[in-house]
Amino acid sequence: MRAGENLNRALHGLLADDPSVYVLGEDLLDPYGGAFKITKGLSTRFPDRVLTTPLSEGAVVGAASGLALAGGKAVVEIMFADFAALAFDQILNFASKSVTMYGTRVPLPLVIRCPSGGHRGYGPTHSQSPQKHFIGIPGLSLFEMSPFHDNRAVLDRMLALGEPSLLFEDKVLYTRRMFEVDEPFRWDLAGDVAVVRLDSGDSDVLDIPPGDLDYVLIVPGGVAHRALAAMRSLLLDHDLAGVLMVPSRLYPFDPSALLPVLGRAPLVCVAEDGSAGGTWGGHVAAGLHTRLWGRLARPVKLVNSADSVIPTAAHLERDVLVQDATIRRAVLEGPRPAAPASSPRRPRAGRAARPRSRHTSRAGPGPSRWCRTTGSRAAGCSRTSRRPRCGGRPGPARGRRAPAAPATP
Amino acid sequence: MRLLLAFQEVFLVLERPMDRLSDDDLALLLLIRFFELKLLALFERGELNGTTHTCLGQEYVPVALRTLLRESDWVFSNHRGHGHYLARFEDPEGLLAEIMGRKGAICDGVGGSQHLKRDRYLSTGVQGQSLSVAAGVALRLKRHEPGALACVYIGDGTWGEGAVYEALNLAQLWRLPLLVVVEHNGIAQSTPTALQMAGTVEGRARAFGIEHERLDISDISVIRPRLAPRIERVREESRPLVVEFATHRLGPHSKGDDTRPPDFPRADWFAAYQAAHPVQSARIEAAARTRIDRIAAEVAARPPAVWAVA
Repeated sequence: MRAGENLNRALHGLLADDPSVYVLGEDLLDPYGGAFKITKGLSTRFPDRVLTTPLSEGAVVGAASGLALAGGKAVVEIMFADFAALAFDQILNFASKSVTMYGTRVPLPLVIRCPSGGHRGYGPTHSQSPQKHFIGIPGLSLFEMSPFHDNRAVLDRMLALGEPSLLFEDKVLYTRRMFEVDEPFRWDLAGDVAVVRLDSGDSDVLDIPPGDLDYVLIVPGGVAHRALAAMRSLLLDHDLAGVLMVPSRLYPFDPSALLPVLGRAPLVCVAEDGSAGGTWGGHVAAGLHTRLWGRLARPVKLVNSADSVIPTAAHLERDVLVQDATIRRAVLEGPRPAAPASSPRRPRAGRAARPRSRHTSRAGPGPSRWCRTTGSRAAGCSRTSRRPRCGGRPGPARGRRAPAAPATP
Repeated sequence: MRLLLAFQEVFLVLERPMDRLSDDDLALLLLIRFFELKLLALFERGELNGTTHTCLGQEYVPVALRTLLRESDWVFSNHRGHGHYLARFEDPEGLLAEIMGRKGAICDGVGGSQHLKRDRYLSTGVQGQSLSVAAGVALRLKRHEPGALACVYIGDGTWGEGAVYEALNLAQLWRLPLLVVVEHNGIAQSTPTALQMAGTVEGRARAFGIEHERLDISDISVIRPRLAPRIERVREESRPLVVEFATHRLGPHSKGDDTRPPDFPRADWFAAYQAAHPVQSARIEAAARTRIDRIAAEVAARPPAVWAVA
C-alpha cells in the first residue's frame, strides 16, 4: 500500500470511529478529494464533518481550534505546507498557547496536516519543508509521515496528546510504498523510531553489531527513501554499513533510547529537506552533543537543502534539494570537518548549473563484501579482510533474513 | 478638526436624561468602574506588574448584554476585557488575584489581565484571532447545542486585521450563531478611527451579507429591548450579527499613555447618570467603592499564585 492510500484510509477510519472528529480544508470535497487526493471519499461518507473551506488558512485553523475547544477534534489539511505560514498566528499565539496559558490544562486536540517538500517542480512557494519554523513552540508537537509508521496510529497518537500538532507529509512519499525495505536491510520500530539496519538476524532492534555500525543516519520520514538509496550505495560501493533512524515525532524529539547506539557510531548524520540555518538537524545535533559529549567520535554531520529558494526547473531544483548522493557524500566525508559541501550548493546567479562533481570516497569504489547483483552478503567475506569474494550467487528470497556473515573481531 | 470629525461618526449620544437602572445593574456597572479605577491607582503606586487596559466609559456594553446572554453561550473577550469578565461572573476577587498574581487567581496568574479562561469565557491578547475560534465554537454549538451562540467582543482597531474578514466570511457562509460585539470607541490605542479605517464597520459587515445593528446610546433600558429580538434571531435562525456600540474610552489605552487632546470628546455615561439619579448613584457608588477597597486589601495580602500545571 502506498503512503497516500494509507493516510486516506487512516482518515476514513478516524471519522468512522470517532463522531467528534471533523476534517477541514480547501478543495477536499469529492470528486476532487484534496489537491493530493488524501481526503478522497471522506466528504461522501461523512458530509457533515468534512468541510470544504474558503482560502483562509488562518480562519480554518482558528475554527478548528474552536471545534477542539468546544469538545470536538479537528484535522485540518493545509494544501501546501508553505501556506501554514498563513495560519502562524493561530498556531503560535492561540492553539498552542491555549493549552497552558490559562493556568490549568485546556485540551485542544487538533492536527494540522502539511504536505511538504519538493522534487515535484512546484517552485519556491509550493515546495518548502518548513518544519524548522515550528520547532520550539511550547504546546506544539511536530510529526512527519514516514514509510514505516502507520498513519492511523500516528493520527490517534497526535489527537490523544490533547494539544495541537503538525503532521508534515512529504509529497513524493504519498506515492511510495509503505512498510517495505529491500534486502539486505530490515526495519523495526524502537518505540517512536523506525530503525533500518542490516538484517543480521539479531532480535533486538537496537542491538547493532559493531561491524554494521559504520554510521547512523537520522532523518524525517520524507527523506527515508533517499537515505535508503544512500545506504545501499554506501554498502555496495564503499563497504560501509549503517543504521537509519526515522522518528515519527520530530519535536519534541527524545533520543534517550537511541543513545547507546549513537554513542558507539563512528559518525552520526542528520539529513533533512529544510533549507540551511536554524534547522531541525541543528536542534537534534545540539541535543546529541550535550547528551553524548565525550562519546561521539566527531561532531554530528548535518545535511540539509541549500540556503536558497527552491527553483522550479528540475535541474535547478535538484541542485538545491537534498538527494541520495548528498547524503552518501556526507557520510563519506564524515571524518572531515563539516563544510558547505554537506549541503547542496546554491548555483550562482547567471551561471548555468554545473553537473555535480563526483564525490571522492573514503573506502573507494571497488571490491566489496556485498554482492552488487543481489545486494546480499557475499559468501565467505569477512568484515576485516577488505577483499571479499562475490560469486554473484543469488541471495535469499526478499523478506527473509540473509545469513549472518562470520565476523572476525 | 479631522480627529473630531472622525470621532463624530461614532459619537455617543447623551442628550436625553438616562433612564433609571435597577440597583443590580448599577451596582455591576459601578463595580466595574471602581475596579478599573482601583487598578490604575495600584499601578500608580507600583503595586501591579505588567500592563492592563481598562474599560472605563464602556462598562454598560457587557452589562447591557448580561441579561441577553445565557450560561450556555461562549464569550470571547479581548485585551480590554475586565468588564466582560465581571459582567459574566461578578468575580472581582478572582480577577484582581489574576492581575496581581495572587492565590485564587482565575488562571493561576499565568494569563493575567488579557488571557482569561473560565468555563465558556475566554480572552486572548492578539487582535482578531478570536473571531475564527468563535466561529469554530459556534459551528460546534449549532450542531450540538442549538440555540446557544458564541459572542465575540472586538474594537474598532480590530477591523484592521485580515483575520476578521476570514472569520466573517465563514460565519455567514456556514450560517453560524456568532454575535460580534464591536466596542467602537473611536480610538485604536492612540490612532483615531479616521487614520486607520476606510469606510465603516456597517459597510464591512453588509459586504458579507451580515446584519448590523448600531447603538449610539448608553441607556441599558433602551439597548436591551432593541437587541433582544436581534440576538434571538441569531439563536433561532443560526446566523451571525454585528452589533456596533458607539462608546467612549475614558481612560488611557493602558496606563498613562493617553495622547488625546483634552478637548477630545469623552462622554461619561456615569456623569450623565449621576446628574439624573443622584441619590441612587451616591448610595451604590459608596457601596462599590467600599467593596473594591476591601477586595483590593484582601487580595494584596494573599500569597503568590502557584502555577500547578505547566
